[in-house]
Amino acid sequence: MTGSRCSPQGEGADIDDPLVIAGVSYSSRLIMGTGGAPNLDALEKALVASGAELATVALRRVSPAARGSVLDVLERTGCRLLPNTAGCFTARDAVTTAQLAREAFSTDWIKLEVIADEHTLLPEAVELLDAAEKLVDDGFSVLAYTNDDPVLALRLEAVGCAAVMPLGSPIGSGMGILNPFNLSLIVDRLSVPVILDAGVGTASDAAIAMELGCDAVLAASAVTRAREPATMAEAVRKAVEAGRLARRAGRIPRRLYAEPSTTFEDLPDLKSGPQQD
Amino acid sequence: MTVTVNGEATELAEDATVEHVLARHLGPGRAGSGVAVALNGEVVSRTEWSARRLRHHDRLEVLAARGGG
Repeated sequence: MTGSRCSPQGEGADIDDPLVIAGVSYSSRLIMGTGGAPNLDALEKALVASGAELATVALRRVSPAARGSVLDVLERTGCRLLPNTAGCFTARDAVTTAQLAREAFSTDWIKLEVIADEHTLLPEAVELLDAAEKLVDDGFSVLAYTNDDPVLALRLEAVGCAAVMPLGSPIGSGMGILNPFNLSLIVDRLSVPVILDAGVGTASDAAIAMELGCDAVLAASAVTRAREPATMAEAVRKAVEAGRLARRAGRIPRRLYAEPSTTFEDLPDLKSGPQQD
Repeated sequence: MTVTVNGEATELAEDATVEHVLARHLGPGRAGSGVAVALNGEVVSRTEWSARRLRHHDRLEVLAARGGG
């Protein structure tokens, strides 16, 4: 043994394949959203089953009557908190929300969301890029929720985002990955981690994202709004692991015609009757 | 004076500070970490809460974590 690090395909890679975002390593490649759960108890069970080490939270007006907090759940499950700017329509609101989150949670990590309208929840590209640049300048590690647009993804990387989070399909739609070609282009061209965000409807969507080369998957509604959130969390966790392994294993190319896995050589002669002279 | 706290008009003493509002709104001991404050759309950092005096018609937002994607 030389003691040098193994190549990605090499011996020991199975136990040494961390996700690294802004210099922080995670062994889980599933990030959980905490919205949409029927209650905090269901959320906690789902988080445990997901194996996630990072989970998003939103910032909203306090309700003095509230019992328990999502923060307590994250602390008990050992999840690191990733605040988001959900509900922001402008760069200004998103920047202020990120600064408020830094005050509240003592973290300079932010999942940046700037949406265009409340019906599609699609990212507002111009405001998003503006906010990303301002937040990076202000010292934030920005994980930017974005369209599945390779050009915008590159721009977000260029302004210094720590990770880029393209959508598979609209938030909460459960429609999976609508444009796998764009996602492949994003994965191929970016150096920072690419995290599929939004659109996961069930486990296979997460596996496909990882097979396409995403570094991680964020799942929220797919888990929290499933009939059995904890069971779905386990399913998505396994799908992410399976998809990651499949990506590293290197899939066979797609072909139009069959390619026999068994050779035609040494095929027996099974015509009826004895040998003719 | 009247200050809008999380969208609701609230009557406060003339010398009220951000900290007074937090104590009243959250109850004792809850105005610790996990809470952030915006005054008229600008962040008020934790270190300023006790000294920051409020004015008539100020708009204060008191925020905390909520489940979200």
